[in-house]
Amino acid sequence: MTSHLTRSPIALESLLTEVQGPGRGGTCVFLGTVRNGPEESGVTEIEYSAYDAMADAEIERILTEAAQQWHGVRVALRHRVGRVPVGEASIAIVAAAPHRAEAFAACRHVIEAVKRRLPIWKKEYRVDGTTAWVDPSGRPVAHGP
Amino acid sequence: MPNVTVLFFARYAELAGCESAAVAVPSPATVEDVVRRVRETVPGARALPDRPLAAINLRQVKLSAPVRDGDEVAFLPPVAGG
Repeated sequence: MTSHLTRSPIALESLLTEVQGPGRGGTCVFLGTVRNGPEESGVTEIEYSAYDAMADAEIERILTEAAQQWHGVRVALRHRVGRVPVGEASIAIVAAAPHRAEAFAACRHVIEAVKRRLPIWKKEYRVDGTTAWVDPSGRPVAHGP
Repeated sequence: MPNVTVLFFARYAELAGCESAAVAVPSPATVEDVVRRVRETVPGARALPDRPLAAINLRQVKLSAPVRDGDEVAFLPPVAGG
């Protein structure tokens, strides 16, 4: 099995190739991108670390659930690990289905399951040289040099 | 006595000062017993929560789940993927 995790920028075209087919007329793409907005304080990049084997197993389980729930849907996912600069995608999900409703629903289901279940953690790197682990509510929990 | 491999990730690895440890637990034992044993034997692990998220062999489990010889037990900080 190839891994759903990658240390390189996500190649969207190859993900699309994995899911598209003549019977699937709607494709939904979700990209999660590293952000430095008003809620962050000078984030330059985020380092993603994972329990690789469990993350891959959990992604397989999530994708299988989606395929069982929506007939004819095919979903592919890549999640970055390592340091990802602001502006680059940390995750891409593509869902293709016979019609758009199932594609949107499956894509939404998968990103929400990812947020709840994937053993992946992120550490913010800031412009002032500090770092902080990010907790699921989005607040940093521990600071370091 | 069952021997299990314990894995620490992210902030927990920083607290524990290591990414893995080999731990022997009494038989029968649960994940909760592994937490207790780890907190006794791995110096930095005392800073871990009493009831962390845990997985056995790549599946998330409750702390009451039984552990067997050779299991891989992981302690997981609150997840933040995506």
